[in-house]
Amino acid sequence: MKGKLFGTATIAALATMSAGGLQPAMAQESLKIGFVSTFSGSQAAIGEDMRRSVDLAVEHLGGKIAGKKIEIVYEDDQFKPDVGKARSEKLVQQDKVSFVAGYIWSNVLLASYKTVTEEGDTILISSNAGPSQIAGEGCNKNFFSTSWQNDQTPMAMGDYLNSKGVKSLYVVGPNYAAGKDMLAGVKRSYKGTIAGEDYTKWPDQLDFSAELTKIAAAKPDGIFIFYPGAHGVQFVKQWVQAGLNKTVPLYQVFSIDAITLPQQGDLAIGTLGAQEWVNDLPNEQNKKYVADFKKKYNVYPSYYGAQSYDSIMLIASAAEALKGDLSNKDKVRAEMKKANFKSLRGDFKFGNNNFPVQNYYIQETVKDAAGMMTVKTIATAVTAGVDPYAAKCPMK
Amino acid sequence: MDTLLIQMLNGVQLGLLMFLLAAGLTLTFGIMDLVNLAHGSLYMMGAYLAWTFIGWTDSFVLGVLLALPATFVLGIVVEAVVVRRLYARDHLDQVLATFGLILFFNELVRAVWGPAGKSIAVPPFLSHTVEILPGVPYSAYRFALIVVGTLVAILLAWLVARTRMGMLIRAGASNRRMIAALGVNIELLFSLVFGLGAVFAGLAGMMAAPIGSVKIGMGDDILILAFVIIVIGGIGSIKGAFIAAMLVGQIDIFGRSYLPDLLKTFLSPATASSAAPAISQMLVYLVMAGVLVWRPTGLFGQRT
Repeated sequence: MKGKLFGTATIAALATMSAGGLQPAMAQESLKIGFVSTFSGSQAAIGEDMRRSVDLAVEHLGGKIAGKKIEIVYEDDQFKPDVGKARSEKLVQQDKVSFVAGYIWSNVLLASYKTVTEEGDTILISSNAGPSQIAGEGCNKNFFSTSWQNDQTPMAMGDYLNSKGVKSLYVVGPNYAAGKDMLAGVKRSYKGTIAGEDYTKWPDQLDFSAELTKIAAAKPDGIFIFYPGAHGVQFVKQWVQAGLNKTVPLYQVFSIDAITLPQQGDLAIGTLGAQEWVNDLPNEQNKKYVADFKKKYNVYPSYYGAQSYDSIMLIASAAEALKGDLSNKDKVRAEMKKANFKSLRGDFKFGNNNFPVQNYYIQETVKDAAGMMTVKTIATAVTAGVDPYAAKCPMK
Repeated sequence: MDTLLIQMLNGVQLGLLMFLLAAGLTLTFGIMDLVNLAHGSLYMMGAYLAWTFIGWTDSFVLGVLLALPATFVLGIVVEAVVVRRLYARDHLDQVLATFGLILFFNELVRAVWGPAGKSIAVPPFLSHTVEILPGVPYSAYRFALIVVGTLVAILLAWLVARTRMGMLIRAGASNRRMIAALGVNIELLFSLVFGLGAVFAGLAGMMAAPIGSVKIGMGDDILILAFVIIVIGGIGSIKGAFIAAMLVGQIDIFGRSYLPDLLKTFLSPATASSAAPAISQMLVYLVMAGVLVWRPTGLFGQRT
């Protein structure tokens, strides 16, 4: 691997040297953006939703940023950290993209983080994952998020449960970086009793019978879960089959959404979730995005898609402000930090660690007028929330 | 006490599901000396075929009954087109080729059914809970899984122990060359065994579908556990696969249910809650390692 890389580097260096004199003559440059997500396997539906939204963003931009043609290089992480890292390395070293965006999974992002931000000195925009490790001491000037820090969404749910007087909660999540953050998040803000806590094997445990039996025995006032994508489908179905839907309400983050609802269907009706973006947020850019997305693909977009759309728009805002000249990275970062674009969630600003300072909402699962399953905003749980690790990040 | 009973039932249900998958795997591995990584793909295809037939017939039972012979035919075709060429090759070639089959089936499913998963609803007559003991509810569907799984296990035991085909299967597992030399049509036997394995894997996929979802790669995760089971049980032994599946089912469920509390008795709560998931996930593999030290060919293995 090393030898091959070295060889590639030598060839690249030689090629650059010989082509050096020709560089200024290159016309019609393109702006290359790498996008890493899961496009194969059991979680491919999430990656597909993100890709659709990125394509829509490019369409809304007219295919160009600051006169340069937008070129998106999609890479499939196959839901595996090592593959994600290798693909990120390829984007930075071989494709020489100006930005890398995407990343659904915290463990994939953690594996790829240094490869892009430090070794590649390239700006990385997370369109979803927000592991705690990179929000505090491990923060980096080359990292920006158009999503959230993992703890924040469950913290919003914890706040809401306090306000509703839910006295005891059983928390369940997968045993990996994001699962630990999410359960830590809800426990941070929730003031009632934690009736039980389970971590399940990720990603191959799909049977939750043992956990549901423990929950039934513990008789809590609520269950809190974090099971993204396909796993959320499994958990909700098994929760209903165990008959627990009649006795213990389900509160969730990232487990019931536009990706999972086509399969969960009526079983999920009435459940509550927290999120920073909802399809019914009443700003103009969001209305246009949701309407165009539904027209093009006949389904609702999810927050995964909305956050990906925002990633592209954030890049566009910085590149436009610099008239397409991305040669000075300090200037690019300074423009990014302004978050001077119309986000689908409404305006937000970046905190010192480049995670958004933003609102979080509570949604109820409902059927829309056309009989399609979706979620609708019922409350604002957190206003201008800052993540709990920001203070530990030395950046200003 | 009630919780303990329910957890045991959960373990039995998981074990039976794993047994259906492991039965076909142990037969093909033991008799045909074939490492079939694509066994999980047959599990997935079974579920997708069932989804399609249930859509056509509007009936869960009818859909499954149609999907079973369809999976059998699929198994026979896969055997004739690809697998048959691999018998004479070494295990590495088999692993490569059957891994290729996994990729093929995953892409086939994506092309035919799309990347998003499908959902099979629990049939209405099983969507409630049943009372195992007064005041102890249990999912009717999971209970039905236990019943069907047990019936299939009995059927398989009868097939292997009492029929002529079973006799040939057992003979094949102990000495493949000898039964070929005795004039048994080994090609036909192999086809049938592979098809049979496909049906059991497909049935496991169909039965697991309403609990979870029908999705690309659904068999790949569960296949690892099936391999653990056949290694513990002894390759080629149906009885071994059954006992190992029951064992693995119980260990898995009990590790998840009681290990955290158990660890808390002698570790701090914080350490216990972080160590328990890791240990319970390793438990099955630790048992496998232990069994292999004690009996290198597995509990009921015959050959080395």
